[in-house]
Amino acid sequence: MRSQARFAFTLLCFGYAFLYVPIVLVMAYSFNASRLVTVWAGFSLHWWRALFHNDAMLSAAWLSLRIALVSATCSTVLGLAAGYALARAPAFLGRTLFGSLVIAPMVMPEVVMGISMLLLFVGAERFLGGPDRGFLTIVIAHTTFSLSFVAIVVQARLADFDRSLEEAAMDLGATPWATFRTVTLPLIAPALGSGWLLAFTLSLDDLIMTQFVAGADTQTLPMRVYSSVRLGVDPQVNVLATLVVIVAATALVVSGRLTRRR
Amino acid sequence: MTEPIVRLEGVAKRFGDVAAVDGVDLEIGTGELFALLGGSGCGKTTLLRLLAGFEAPDAGRILIGGRDMADVPPHRRPVNMMFQSYALFPHMDVTANIAYGLRREGLARGEIATRVAEALALVKLDGLGARRPAQLSGGQRQRVALARALVKRPKLLLLDEPLAALDRKLREGTRFELVRLQEQLGLTFVMVTHDQEEAMSMATRLAVMNAGRIAQTGTPHDLYERPASRFVADFVGIANILDLGDGRWLAIRPEKIGLSVDRPETAHAIAGNILDVAYEGDRSLYRVAVKGGPVMLVSRTNMLRLERESFGRGQHVWLGWSSDAGQVLNE
Repeated sequence: MRSQARFAFTLLCFGYAFLYVPIVLVMAYSFNASRLVTVWAGFSLHWWRALFHNDAMLSAAWLSLRIALVSATCSTVLGLAAGYALARAPAFLGRTLFGSLVIAPMVMPEVVMGISMLLLFVGAERFLGGPDRGFLTIVIAHTTFSLSFVAIVVQARLADFDRSLEEAAMDLGATPWATFRTVTLPLIAPALGSGWLLAFTLSLDDLIMTQFVAGADTQTLPMRVYSSVRLGVDPQVNVLATLVVIVAATALVVSGRLTRRR
Repeated sequence: MTEPIVRLEGVAKRFGDVAAVDGVDLEIGTGELFALLGGSGCGKTTLLRLLAGFEAPDAGRILIGGRDMADVPPHRRPVNMMFQSYALFPHMDVTANIAYGLRREGLARGEIATRVAEALALVKLDGLGARRPAQLSGGQRQRVALARALVKRPKLLLLDEPLAALDRKLREGTRFELVRLQEQLGLTFVMVTHDQEEAMSMATRLAVMNAGRIAQTGTPHDLYERPASRFVADFVGIANILDLGDGRWLAIRPEKIGLSVDRPETAHAIAGNILDVAYEGDRSLYRVAVKGGPVMLVSRTNMLRLERESFGRGQHVWLGWSSDAGQVLNE
């Protein structure tokens, strides 16, 4: 038995090492004194300082953050509406179709989504005279695929939601809107919160679709990193990666906490 | 029966192919404690939900207080319901749960506080207002649900299996408590239950339901002593049902049959052998195989503490009953 347990533990360590050693290495090398990414030359905060003085990188990060905040919020609102309709509306014509259509952006290759978005915006520019490609078009594109995730999370939460709570509220004199506001919404708030965080992280690191719809002078953080890596890797990228890992891990933990709390 | 507060006329409700409620006519009087009794799937809960407005009837009319409820949504109906699961709001404390209905009415803060305090006192939960539902016992939750429904002062209170989630000891005490509250507040209760003992002991009148229809309506005494059909005779209490031929049956309760060693002087008497004896403490149930007939159930109250069991398994005995001991049934 004991040898079996040790064997299982070894396998587990191996798996986790496979997943996390690269990330740990990246984080460790962000404190490297050397200009070369692969050679350790002692501990230093040099590259951290350099990154915080790198205006191009910082403005790209600020843009990405704004895009992520707006698109996560938009997709939460729209995803809530879609998830609520899927879980609650009485069987309507095309409900199954609608259900599949909401999930479609999750499984659709991003390249396809990107091209179709680009065509849409080019068409819109020609016939409607806008919007200019940049902040707004990126937000719209990100909202499109993130809202699927929110809708799924909301729908799942509503599916195992005790309907009699809503009935009790109505029985006590609450209008449908008051019932939604005072009972349904507070109880699915954790699901909404984790949906928002999911949408936020998805938007923050999206590269492929963003490149299609960004336009000429807009550069988000992933785009900036990608182009700087092509010019030659600089340990600032390690610093950035470390920051992103910290933000993403925090979001993941918070999101997990929110979903588990019933 | 007093002035009816509820009147159902030919009410029907289908779910797909299943007729959950199938042409129900019913009147419930003001101030009654009325029970809808039946097995699972008999339509009793659907009937309650039709009254609350959570389901709309496919046919027929529902009148509450003389008003047709056809276009009245649940939140405008003069009824409140206590749910089987209690449906307490988990994100609110006890006070907020009870105050919920009053806040929807837009009452002043002071009035709400007073009425919540009264309701808490009524169900003997003073001092627990700040607890969350998850921090309460099953019995306390049941009383919060009751207080939350009562605080609205409805003319009609619907109770869906109000005691089903309680353990046995608590259930018996709560039965009396509910009856006391109903009388004290002068309300009309409509209660759904599958437990015939509960329905019999609490209700002023009850309706036995079967397959979406009402099999019989009456007082507990009516239903027990004068069942209208074999279904009711069998569902309410235990009954021996003897085939009299010509589509007629005799329903006779086990306690109405005398058990003796010698042939009794009663109008009817048959001989048989005891198959089994089930000792239940307060009484014993005998299963007796009658010659050329069915197995009959006979019960005897164990009145004396030291009495040695006088009838044993395999013993030859006589069963006797008077001419008015049973009910003749046509269906």
